[in-house]
Amino acid sequence: MFHKEKSIQLKNSASALYNNLSVLRIAPRRLTYFTVVHANVVNMVSTSWDGLNYSHRQLQSKEPNVATSTSLIMQAAFCALPSRDLLVVSSQKGIQMYESDGSIMVYWHALDTPEAPTAHAVFARGISAVSDNYVCVGVSSGAVLVFDVPSKGSNITLSEVLEEHKEAITDIASECSGSQECLANLVTADDGGNMCVWKSGEEFQLLNKIPGLDMTCSSVKLWKGTVLAGYGTGQIRLYEAVTGILHAEVNAHARWIYSLDIAPFSGLLLSAAEDSFVRVWHLSITPETNSVEIAHLHNECVTDTQICGAKFCDGDGYAFAVTGYDLSEIIRLVACWE
Amino acid sequence: MSTRTLPLLFINLGGEMLYILDQRLRAQNIPADKAKKVMNDIITTMFNKKFLEELFKPQELYSKKALRTVFDRLAHASIMRLNQASMDKLYDLMTMAFKYQVLLCPRPKDILLVSFNHMDAIKDFVKDTPSILSQVDETYQQLIEMYTPLSNGEFQLIRQTLLIFFQDMHIRVSIFLKDKVQNSNGRFVLPTNGPVPRGTQIPGMIRIFSCSGEELTRLQFNNGGNYSSALREGSFEMFGNRVTKLGTNMYSVSRPVETHMSGTSKSSAQHTKVNAAPNPLAKEELNLLARLMGGLEVQKPGSTDTGFRVNLFATDEEEEEALISRPNELSYGVISIQATKDQQANAELTKIMGEFTESGDPSSSASSKGDDLLAMMDGL
Repeated sequence: MFHKEKSIQLKNSASALYNNLSVLRIAPRRLTYFTVVHANVVNMVSTSWDGLNYSHRQLQSKEPNVATSTSLIMQAAFCALPSRDLLVVSSQKGIQMYESDGSIMVYWHALDTPEAPTAHAVFARGISAVSDNYVCVGVSSGAVLVFDVPSKGSNITLSEVLEEHKEAITDIASECSGSQECLANLVTADDGGNMCVWKSGEEFQLLNKIPGLDMTCSSVKLWKGTVLAGYGTGQIRLYEAVTGILHAEVNAHARWIYSLDIAPFSGLLLSAAEDSFVRVWHLSITPETNSVEIAHLHNECVTDTQICGAKFCDGDGYAFAVTGYDLSEIIRLVACWE
Repeated sequence: MSTRTLPLLFINLGGEMLYILDQRLRAQNIPADKAKKVMNDIITTMFNKKFLEELFKPQELYSKKALRTVFDRLAHASIMRLNQASMDKLYDLMTMAFKYQVLLCPRPKDILLVSFNHMDAIKDFVKDTPSILSQVDETYQQLIEMYTPLSNGEFQLIRQTLLIFFQDMHIRVSIFLKDKVQNSNGRFVLPTNGPVPRGTQIPGMIRIFSCSGEELTRLQFNNGGNYSSALREGSFEMFGNRVTKLGTNMYSVSRPVETHMSGTSKSSAQHTKVNAAPNPLAKEELNLLARLMGGLEVQKPGSTDTGFRVNLFATDEEEEEALISRPNELSYGVISIQATKDQQANAELTKIMGEFTESGDPSSSASSKGDDLLAMMDGL
């Protein structure tokens, strides 16, 4: 039901990091951007839809004004806001925001790094655009930084710091930007599997806390008021966001899940793990009747590879892309149903 | 990333090094007393109190170059000598073995069990020497103290940090190829069968719940693999069955140690070019290295008569050939101390390195410190 297309070659291999693939579709220019993190470098590839043109760019995590230090990058993700697209890079030293083609850095936020290394690592991880004008980034302390992003220019400001989590943030997700009205539009997850559900605004409002069972939630998505969470045990769980009611539990993978993605228009769910498998599921959620259905559709095994990133390339889930540890290519799969 | 990675990296690599040296000492028929002295000397140096104190401090991982320097010193902590080619091969084997173990650990915290397997074997090597045994026991305590309270997420961060260190290393190891755990392209086989990790269910079940929590539907799906239930939990204490075989000694006299240099994939060459760029060691790293090496007390050999050379290849000719034919991009590179801008750290390291000078070292030109020492370090 999905067949392999020609892979995209990368300048270097993907590192073993959660959610290590980000995709941005630029319809007006018939281009798709991909980013994959390798240690302290962000590899960017821009591909034309006709498959004929590829261009590469590499961004290194170097903070301005600090001569030689480099730091490891935890995540690079595109944030699509109604007015603009940004590429946000979170590392051990701080957060950088670029124009979506990686050409100009528009903002830099330094983390409070201690003089000497401490037992607890310091880093930023977990990136999402929220509502019309916010970008949220998680920190190893458990804090979530909320940045206010104007429709253009570099006057980005830190608007709020959300301090509910006690463990390092792993992933952040949102839904409902633009005209849609949602009760909850942000979920944040941490190393202990605990999740917080929020409503964005001038002051973000905490709507619910879903306790973890001491097992890391490495990837999270929000869709139709439902939290989709992937865990280190290989399980996927579906919770109703505002109430925390568990709707479904899937023993999905034999190893740690590294990435979840949802195609919002079709309800296709993608899960990828260290067990070499990418699985495609179909979700059916009717919030009014509180009914949830999940069906397994497809397995894709990337032989001898621990997968670290998997993303749909479009909102219908017609195509998806996969990255793996030590793999210097982005594997692409395209649906072949009528 | 994780600031608690270095002790695990060092102990596991050190453990692999001891397995390999033990095998080579027996294969070369080195007299038992000399072989034992070599093993004891290296283990004593590895578990030196001051050294371990530095090692266990929270810190970022060293670069490959810097860590290689530490192991060079460690390998020469006794009367045994190793040529460049043999040292390269030893390090290749050590790193590929630990990379394999890290990749195949079912759960990130199993890396601790792998470490205990290495520690158990080291303890066995020195079971007749009470003084060293107590050093080893103390290290067990430190490991247990530091690592058993960590959460799964923190262990995964350690694992991710290690995997960045091992990124793009695809050196083919004969014993792995024979056992079919490594492919001919240098990548490890990741089976989609076997026991699932503890805490994980065999994939295949979907459960739907009502709002009140009762199970409404149960569905099965095909997981595409062939999994079985998890094995029992290994022991995270000083003694006990670790259950996992990862980290146990896979060498024996009849299974020699070999690596293949040819045919290493192009992409790994590309990456190592980035790494081996002629940048001086960052000042920070130099400082750390100086502090670490300060704790590595090395015994000076009594006389050059008792020293002997260990060869990691079958013959001397093979060893020479390996040195000449080693691809440039796979050389571990020298730490060009001269290039560093930090004179103080440089001087500190020079002083410490100076204390390590062995009189029998053929590459030493003059006995005066300073420039000649720098030259000698560069020649390592």
